Amino acid sequence: MTTRIVELRRGILKKNDELAAGLRASYAAAGVLVLNLVSSPGTGKTAFLERTLRELKARDARVAALVGDLETDNDARRLASSGAPVRQINTHGICHLDAEMIGKHIDGWEGVALGDLDYLFIENVGNLVCPSSYDLGEKIRVALLSVTEGEDKPLKYPTLFNSADAAVITKMDIAEPCGFDRETALKNINEIRPGIRIFETSAKTGAGIEEWLGYLTEERANLGRV
Amino acid sequence: MHELSIISSVVETVTESLAKYPGARVLEVRLRVGALASVVVESLEFCYGIATEGTPLEGSRLVVDVLPVVMHCERCAEDVELVGVQSFRCPRCGEPCSQMRQGREMEIESVEIDEVEETA
Repeated sequence: MTTRIVELRRGILKKNDELAAGLRASYAAAGVLVLNLVSSPGTGKTAFLERTLRELKARDARVAALVGDLETDNDARRLASSGAPVRQINTHGICHLDAEMIGKHIDGWEGVALGDLDYLFIENVGNLVCPSSYDLGEKIRVALLSVTEGEDKPLKYPTLFNSADAAVITKMDIAEPCGFDRETALKNINEIRPGIRIFETSAKTGAGIEEWLGYLTEERANLGRV
Repeated sequence: MHELSIISSVVETVTESLAKYPGARVLEVRLRVGALASVVVESLEFCYGIATEGTPLEGSRLVVDVLPVVMHCERCAEDVELVGVQSFRCPRCGEPCSQMRQGREMEIESVEIDEVEETA
C-alpha cells in the first residue's frame, strides 16, 4: 500500500455551473432577459411578480414565469391570472431551484419558446440560504426583503444579498405601522452589496413599480450590447 | 440545508475519480469552501458520515479549509481580505468594495488514498 494525494481541484457544483452556462447562452441567443427572484417565504415575491407581469403585459411586453415551490401549484395559478404563461416547478422537498430543473421545464413548456419572450422571471423557492449557491443562468438576481422582516436581514444573510444584482423592498404600504426603519435597511443592504440598485415597492398600491419597470426595460434594451 | 446534496455530489465526484486507482481506500477528502459559499462546515461533516456509507469513502476524514473573502479595493488598488462578512468595505481605507476575488469557492481540493500496488 502506498499513500497518495490525488489533486482534484474540481468545483463541487460544476455540473450545475455547466448547465447554467448552457442556459445563459440560450437566453442570450433568444434575446430574453432572465431574472431570478429570491427571498424568504412570505416576503411577497408572488404578489410583486404578479403585479410586474400584469404591468409588463399592459405594455405589450412578452413575459413568462417559472415558479418554484416545494409543493402545490397555488402560486402558478395566482400568477397565471396576469394572463402570462406560467409553469410551476415542484421541488418536493428540495430547498432551491437548480439549472437542471430550469432546463427541463423550459424544454417541455408547451406553447412557450424562449425566442418569443422579452422577459422570463424565475420565482425561486422561499429560502435565503440555499438558492444563492445555484446559478440558473439568470442575468439578474433579485433579492427581495419585506418591511415586516427586520432591517438586519441583509446582515444575517450576506451570501444572498451580496450575490444579488438588484434589491427590492416589498410591502412599503405598511412600512409605518411596522415601524420599518428605512434608513437602516438601505444602509445594511449597501453595507453588504455596495452600490446595488434598490427599489422600494408596494405591489398593492403600485408604489415604486414604475421605477422597477423602467429598470427592467433598460436592462432588456442593454441585452444585445457588449 | 442543501449540505446533503453538496456532499452527495462530492461523493459522486470522488468515486468517479477513483476509477484510475482500483481497490484504493480513501483516507481523506479535502474541500476548499469560501466564507461566502453559504454552507455550514458542521453540517457538511454531519452529512459526510451518512453520504459515504457503503461507498469507497466510508470511514474517511473530511477536511474543510475555509477561505476568507477577498475583495478588490479600487482606492488602494489592491486585493484586501475582509475580517468578516458583515461589511464589504476595505478594512484599510473604508471604501465600499464590489469586486470579489475570493469567497464563493466550493471545490474538492484533493483526495488522499491508500493505493493498492500493482503486482507485475
